[in-house]
Amino acid sequence: MSREKTWKEIALAGVCSKSSTSFMTGDWKTYQPVRDLEKCTKCLMCVLYCPEGAIKWLPDLGKIEIDHNFCKGCGVCANECPTKAIKMEIPESAEGE
Amino acid sequence: MTTQEWKFTAKDIALKPDMFLPGHRACAGCGPATVLRLVMKATRGPTIVTEATGCMEVASSIYPYTSWAVPWLHTAFETAAANASGIEAALKILKKKGKVKQDHVDVIAFAGDGGTYDIGIQALSGAVERGHDFLFVLYDNEGYMNTGIQRSGGTPLGAATTTTPAGTVTPGKLQHKKPITDIMIAHDMEYVATASPYYWKDLLQKVRKGLEVEGPAFLHIFAPCPRGWRSDPAKTIEYAKLAVESCVFPLYEVVKGKYELSTPSKLIALAPQKKKPVMEYLKGQGRYRHLFTPQNKHILDEIQHWTDERWAKLQKKAEQAV
Amino acid sequence: MTKTKMAKAAKVDVKQETMAMNGDEAVAYAVKQSDVDVVAAYPITPQTIIVEKYSEYVANGEVPTEFVCTESEHSAMAACISAGATGARTFTASASAGLALMHEMLFVASGCRVPVVMAVANRALSAPLNINGDQSDSMAERDSGWIHLYAENAQEAYDTILQAFRIAEHVDVQLPVIVGLDGFIVSHSLENVNTLPDRDVKAFVGERVLISVVTHEGKLAPFKLDPDSPMTMGPIAFPNYYFEFKRQQEEAMNNALKVIQQVHDEYAKVSGRSYGNALIDPYRLNDAEIAVVSVGSTSGTAKVVVDELRSEGIKAGMMRLRTFRPFPADEVRNALKHVKAIAVMDKSMSFGGNGGAVFHEVRHAMYEATARPIIVNYIYGLGGRDTGIKDIKKIFNDLHIISHNNRPGNSVNYVGLRE
Repeated sequence: MSREKTWKEIALAGVCSKSSTSFMTGDWKTYQPVRDLEKCTKCLMCVLYCPEGAIKWLPDLGKIEIDHNFCKGCGVCANECPTKAIKMEIPESAEGE
Repeated sequence: MTTQEWKFTAKDIALKPDMFLPGHRACAGCGPATVLRLVMKATRGPTIVTEATGCMEVASSIYPYTSWAVPWLHTAFETAAANASGIEAALKILKKKGKVKQDHVDVIAFAGDGGTYDIGIQALSGAVERGHDFLFVLYDNEGYMNTGIQRSGGTPLGAATTTTPAGTVTPGKLQHKKPITDIMIAHDMEYVATASPYYWKDLLQKVRKGLEVEGPAFLHIFAPCPRGWRSDPAKTIEYAKLAVESCVFPLYEVVKGKYELSTPSKLIALAPQKKKPVMEYLKGQGRYRHLFTPQNKHILDEIQHWTDERWAKLQKKAEQAV
Repeated sequence: MTKTKMAKAAKVDVKQETMAMNGDEAVAYAVKQSDVDVVAAYPITPQTIIVEKYSEYVANGEVPTEFVCTESEHSAMAACISAGATGARTFTASASAGLALMHEMLFVASGCRVPVVMAVANRALSAPLNINGDQSDSMAERDSGWIHLYAENAQEAYDTILQAFRIAEHVDVQLPVIVGLDGFIVSHSLENVNTLPDRDVKAFVGERVLISVVTHEGKLAPFKLDPDSPMTMGPIAFPNYYFEFKRQQEEAMNNALKVIQQVHDEYAKVSGRSYGNALIDPYRLNDAEIAVVSVGSTSGTAKVVVDELRSEGIKAGMMRLRTFRPFPADEVRNALKHVKAIAVMDKSMSFGGNGGAVFHEVRHAMYEATARPIIVNYIYGLGGRDTGIKDIKKIFNDLHIISHNNRPGNSVNYVGLRE
């Protein structure tokens, strides 16, 4: 782990030095969204409503991708999906912990 | 204000890069976070954002991390609108002196309840009166959530907060929600509107309209807080819908003093049977749980009554405008 | 004009114009000449003439300034900070309750490292309400991270405002500056003020040059809100970072000691006017046995008393403290260490603090001196109570006795108070 910067090294006046995209909030979640690709109509409501912006629409690949590094497992996407294509589940590796 | 309506699809918006970035520390299911994300999707060019102290400010600027892909300034709790005034004045004069490259920079001020209804109202009123060119966005989660869910002027009647707890003697907040939108309408600015994140298209259009005003514009955006409301985080956007459907938070615009209901609320005005009882909106929220007892039924009735009265008044104002 | 009242003047080439102005007008005129981008202010007696005069300049198109009449002083400071953060050169003015209302934002201004310049027409704080001059308003803000310079008269107020922009914006400083002038006594008293031509002020003050910072996108960019190089200012800093930012501010304060002197000396070359060594302004102090230390306009009266006593053969002297923050401890110590008995005059009180702010800080500076003079405090002039030659003579008489008996008597005294 790198040490924290001294007062001499730190940028002046508290100007932030890192984008929050380097701070992964994905480990906050208990439940994780799981998509049923057959039910998905690509309406993109999940992309728009996600408080994190963790769901991305990739037009070149024609697919929707959830970035689990940032997904906090809130379940908004599952609740709003018009075809119920998303289910909130406890990840297999976490079961029994 | 331009009359050209901005045309876009969900795909267009989904592809527009986020200016409010992931990795912020808002709670899971945070309503304000979705609101801010969507508002930033509606920006139209170079933008500077200033924000009052509050949930979104703290969650997005924990040194050394920032969730802002645009220039962003925070100074204090009261000062979102005062900051916007200073930024706008500086841009104006520096542009005259040839020191600003951009043709135009939009200035957006974000604030929560505290920074708008209460401690921030003075600066907001002053900035609007002086006619600065900026958009003020209130993300209303109906309480001082960042400091631990204390009541604000925007907390509705009967809601339990940590400073208006549901006790044996007093059942939550005893006063109604301050009519902040009416107060801002009374300032006679060109554009005031309410929005809800469920109705994302309507929200985006209103942000764009507000930005296009050459002068102050005010947006009151409903932003459910699962933590403060003790509601299911997954239902945040659903509550944003129910609030509109029950007319607790109707959607409308006031353009140069003329009231116009937005489509979701207009549909209810045209078909009153579609109006949902407030009970449906209140029932899943822990902050209202204590109202579902015989001794507090009168408060539920009062909430319904107040909602109906205000809805009737609003409809009348919209009818008169036609 | 007596010899004692003129600041040290040297022959210069610049042709200056003598204008009849009071302290407030002199400040407004200095600001007019300094290419200030944004002035956000709220009126309060006795600063009102500053904003009114400046409004006239704005209304007649004489200044390239966006003038924002905010709805309170708190918003005025917020607007100055945000305008400064957008790259503008900003100015405001306040006093008394207005300055107190800004209290929170003063710390924000220095924390955000925005070089705002503010004139404070020093006035008493309520309650009871009092509109007259004393220094309790700015003394109460001495911890806020602002540089504090105090003017003795309208001429110095003019000169110091011009220097303030240079000090604040200096690459090694980047701190906001307060220029204090005594309410009514200086703010409203008409004087002959020698002003520099616009061209020379422009050359001296120059344009605001922004420092560069590395943004979160990894870009080295000018320190301002600019969509071309986004940066986040005014974040929340948890216990793992906050302390370091405060240490940075203190370093800037330390740097300011030298910068204040450099700017002052450069200005002296242009104007012919200097004020001691910019930090302290001693008068007949070199061989003084008894001396008075004061801040602001009373220093003028003290110099008249010193001259009278000297003509009677008494080795009296005085020291005007021009720079209060950063406190020039070394200069103060070296200037005063040979004096036998010193009276520090305070035009403010620190209730329950065994004396006023200036007294505390002078004594503190003297602690390391090998020979420590007797130092006592005289609280004077609160709420605009007139303090004249008679009062200061009384102080010197006391000092005479103290020095003779080698005993301080009371360490905290009052002059001009009905006791």
